[in-house]
Amino acid sequence: MKLKKFGERIPQSLFFLIALSALSALALITIFIFIEGVPLIAKVGFFNFIFGMKWAPSLGQYGIFPMIVGTVLVTVGAVIIGVPIALCCSIFLAEFAPRQLSMLVRPAIQLLAGIPSVVYGFWGLIFIVPAIRNYLGGPGLSILAGSIILAIMILPTVISISEVSILALPPLLKEGAFALGATHWQTIRSVLLPAAKSGILASIILGIGRAVGETMAVIMVLGNAVALPSSILDPARTLTTNIGIEMGYASGEHQQALFATGIVLLVIIMILNASAQYAIRRK
Amino acid sequence: MRLNPRISQKIAKTVIWFAAIVVLVLLFSIIIYILSKGIPNITWQFLTEIPSDMGRSGGILSCIVGTLSVTLVATVVATPLGVGTAFYLTEYTHESIVTKIIRFSAESLAGIPSIVYGLFGFIFFVIYLKLGWSILSGGLTLAMMILPTIIRTSEEAIHTVHPMYREVSFSLGGTKWQTMIKILIPSALPGIATGIILGIGRCVAETAAVILTAGSALQMPVSIFSPARTMAVHFYILARESISLEKAFATAALLIILILIINIGANILVNRFVAKSH
Repeated sequence: MKLKKFGERIPQSLFFLIALSALSALALITIFIFIEGVPLIAKVGFFNFIFGMKWAPSLGQYGIFPMIVGTVLVTVGAVIIGVPIALCCSIFLAEFAPRQLSMLVRPAIQLLAGIPSVVYGFWGLIFIVPAIRNYLGGPGLSILAGSIILAIMILPTVISISEVSILALPPLLKEGAFALGATHWQTIRSVLLPAAKSGILASIILGIGRAVGETMAVIMVLGNAVALPSSILDPARTLTTNIGIEMGYASGEHQQALFATGIVLLVIIMILNASAQYAIRRK
Repeated sequence: MRLNPRISQKIAKTVIWFAAIVVLVLLFSIIIYILSKGIPNITWQFLTEIPSDMGRSGGILSCIVGTLSVTLVATVVATPLGVGTAFYLTEYTHESIVTKIIRFSAESLAGIPSIVYGLFGFIFFVIYLKLGWSILSGGLTLAMMILPTIIRTSEEAIHTVHPMYREVSFSLGGTKWQTMIKILIPSALPGIATGIILGIGRCVAETAAVILTAGSALQMPVSIFSPARTMAVHFYILARESISLEKAFATAALLIILILIINIGANILVNRFVAKSH
């Protein structure tokens, strides 16, 4: 009897230790990125680092403001292009698609999420970049190209989470609206979408998180110039691409500056994640 | 003036169908384009030779081995941790502040950009633990990345096991441990496997985190301490530095085929699981 109890207890504590793995991973990542990056921010000065206009590692100048602007512009562009399409798709899957068709579309959208980001970047480089150069002008490698690629890449996140939140609504809502004589679209627009609001909001926030965090695809189509862009046809650099491009050869203070860029990225992502989780819980 | 409800219904329906069709066309055009350009270049020699001349000629055998070994390390490390966490959350504890913290950590890990994993893996595994650019460093970094996926899918899979199974096992005098090993794991297995397969898919597709931790050496790796270049990294370097478009397409096509197989496998498992639990 005693032995049996002992055997039961080992797994219990072992499982607790295992369950701490996610928390420890998160803590390790945060601690090590901060340890590496904070000294440089302290040296340059928080204000100069965030709002500095000049990034010239060879001259010891580390200002990431142009990259913050680049990140914001590319992400906003991706949201403007991607979110309406994604919402239509999620309404399609939840409300309009015949069962057979949705059984085909759902795995297809999953597949969209599985395609390596470098493949998207490459595809953008071959199709989107020349199209922008030929029809709209500029170098082609641009904020617009980055936004289009990211818009495609955030589709799966936004579609699947908002679809789930529409499907999770009680059927009574829909039946009630139909009983009042509303058309299907009126029901969707004035009953279902408002009721699924928090889930949809969360899906958009998580989509924004993906756009902010994407690196390789963006490196290939954004042009990577470290200057404040003046139009969406200008090349730009984001926080992620700054790390992705320079990490290969950076050392010393320069490398620390890339970790400091990582801190800014991590903080933005943490705020986005926390607000998405808050939005999901609120319902 | 308000639009006639019947007309607005028609317009909305058209727009929504149109959006869905655009997404599907986009997806298939990307896949078909890459496959049609790449498959003709996938030859026996391409699959069985190691790259030479920076990847301009030869094949990608060392990159295939790199991808497989990095993915294997990540899966072997992340699976017990992820499945164990899921069992702890569902079977060994009640909802409390502890489970909230664990779930919050997993959700947060899922959102962290891969380039940040790369930075961390580089400073922690490569430099601090002195593992160097290696399959081990790359695999461990990827393990952290896929951990949340495995936790979430396993948790859902365990939740769907009918409570009756547990009760019957307990009523027969089965302990928690026995119930888990003999009842829960077998019933939840397809769901758990789906999570692992999705994790494998992420490992195969990942570039940013691997290039900073496993490196980009072209030689054939000889142990888990060797540096390695995965197929995704190889494709990125070939395409970005315009080394060889032909080899780049072939590599990309091979990646897409691999991802297709992985996704189809996951879907078959999910469907079997859904069929079984109803």
